[in-house]
Amino acid sequence: MSYVTAAGTETRSYYGRPIIKEPVWTWEIPTYFFTGGLAGASAVLSSAARVSGNEKLARTALYVGTAAELVSPALLISDLGRPERFHHMLRVVKPTSPMNVGSWVLLVSGGASTTAALCQLLGRFTPLRRAASVVATLAGPPLATYTGVLVADTAVPAWHEARRELPWIFGASAAASAGAAASMFVDPRDAVPARRVAVAGVLAEGALMQAMELRLGALGDVYRQGQAGKLSWAAKGLAVTGAALLGTKGRKSRAAAVAGGALVCAGELCMRWAVFTAGRQSARDPKYVVESQRRRIERDGTKATTKPA
Amino acid sequence: MSAPDGLVTYGDEQQERVGFFTDTSVCIGCKACEVACKEWNLIPEDGLSWTGNSYDNTGELSANTWRHVAFVEQEKPLLTNGNGETGLRWLMESDVCKHCTHAACLDVCPTGSLFRTEFGTVVVQQDICNGCGYCVPACPFGVLDKRHLAPAPDLPAFAKEDGRVWKCTLCYDRLKGGHEPACAKACPTKSIQFGPLDELRERADARLAKLDAEGWNGAQLYGRDPDDGVGGFGAFFLLLDEPEVYGLPPDPVVTTRDLPEMWTNMLAAAGALVVGVAAAFVGSRS
Repeated sequence: MSYVTAAGTETRSYYGRPIIKEPVWTWEIPTYFFTGGLAGASAVLSSAARVSGNEKLARTALYVGTAAELVSPALLISDLGRPERFHHMLRVVKPTSPMNVGSWVLLVSGGASTTAALCQLLGRFTPLRRAASVVATLAGPPLATYTGVLVADTAVPAWHEARRELPWIFGASAAASAGAAASMFVDPRDAVPARRVAVAGVLAEGALMQAMELRLGALGDVYRQGQAGKLSWAAKGLAVTGAALLGTKGRKSRAAAVAGGALVCAGELCMRWAVFTAGRQSARDPKYVVESQRRRIERDGTKATTKPA
Repeated sequence: MSAPDGLVTYGDEQQERVGFFTDTSVCIGCKACEVACKEWNLIPEDGLSWTGNSYDNTGELSANTWRHVAFVEQEKPLLTNGNGETGLRWLMESDVCKHCTHAACLDVCPTGSLFRTEFGTVVVQQDICNGCGYCVPACPFGVLDKRHLAPAPDLPAFAKEDGRVWKCTLCYDRLKGGHEPACAKACPTKSIQFGPLDELRERADARLAKLDAEGWNGAQLYGRDPDDGVGGFGAFFLLLDEPEVYGLPPDPVVTTRDLPEMWTNMLAAAGALVVGVAAAFVGSRS
């Protein structure tokens, strides 16, 4: 069976069937990409606020991040085919598996954030809280960005070919959500840096997504088509509206800050779903797999080897 | 030949690397391999349906299908030199896990459930797999899948879906006992040949030379080259058309080949996140 593509070239396939398997991950995984990013970036935001002497923002970001940190493992375990075996993730240390590395990072980061938050709540054990905060701050940035590597380290064309941008996009999105979430729960006067992080995160993420789609060429279409395209538009609309609200009325009004923060968070959640869905779409249609490999052969003039290009 | 990933730990127990050479030019589409595989490995029945795609009612490799015979009907002469030309040909190919030299499924498995055996094959340890599903999109051939069927639907204790990932083991249990895999044993035309990989490669080269001399249309070896994107297949093929015609990727790459680049990128992005957040606090003290 064959069909002609937009470029006028013929792609052949086996009865139009997929070549690779679509990811079997369900709703928990893109949701975790959001909560994990929120948790990781919040840890950084909290420590930066503490250093700058903004105690209220530091505490808020710590609590928000810890909440996200506690939801994350629940989401991940619920997605497993054998949830009772979740601890098998920690029976090895395996740098070739981003999921294994991520499990360790989440364990360290979650443990540290929870410890720091408990100490903060009790108002005691300050040295322990400081030590835990340092650990959480170190583990936070990898937690916010490794999920980009997690999806890129597959045979899914829309993810693997976007491996350069995805950790950056996920990092920017994490920052946006952390800034936005903190802005919702703190007095607007204390939330200046959080709003800046939110607005800058939204802008950076939008620009990076555009750059990625451009660089991917024909494969970039998959981010603009079908369900992924709709989610992508929703993500942009929600995040930009929220950022605008945060940057204007949100500076004075708490209600506007809550609305703006919620919109940005909703936008970032949609963005993770858009990337997730684009990956599934590119796995489902054999033309993306065949064409990206055929184009690579044409470009390099030779077939692939196990040495990176 | 590059050594397969994870093949350094067996010492005295190390065996010669074995695999399959599937010569599709003699496949008659009997599906004895599919049946033998299901029977020997006790793979559950997963639906009896008609696809309408030639004689292929199996569809694809999956958690419950470890050999899959593809059927392709073409208006293309079998020979290029005009002898016995009919203009029609029927291609059949028994697909299977490729047991890659550099296996993405094995690399990305977070539990160590997927491992390299002493025979150089790739196997899932079912008592370790927790059904995370990472290997499913990591495989460039779409071999692995999660099994959603219940182990025993009629028994309350076993009525929950299996949830783990399953694939061809190259009959690890039979190899341990000194037997060839069930599919190769059942194949009536020696389309599926089992043996030491080096020997199979020599045999495949000779077979291709013969088909080329006879003018077979499109004959090519797929996965024989140890320098390809996955370091060569442990189970490779002789095809009569381009790989994508059989539903195979034309130029597969082990995704972890690019992982060092990805980790570097991630660390840079993580650093940028810290710098970016810190920068937001500049001049915000008031």
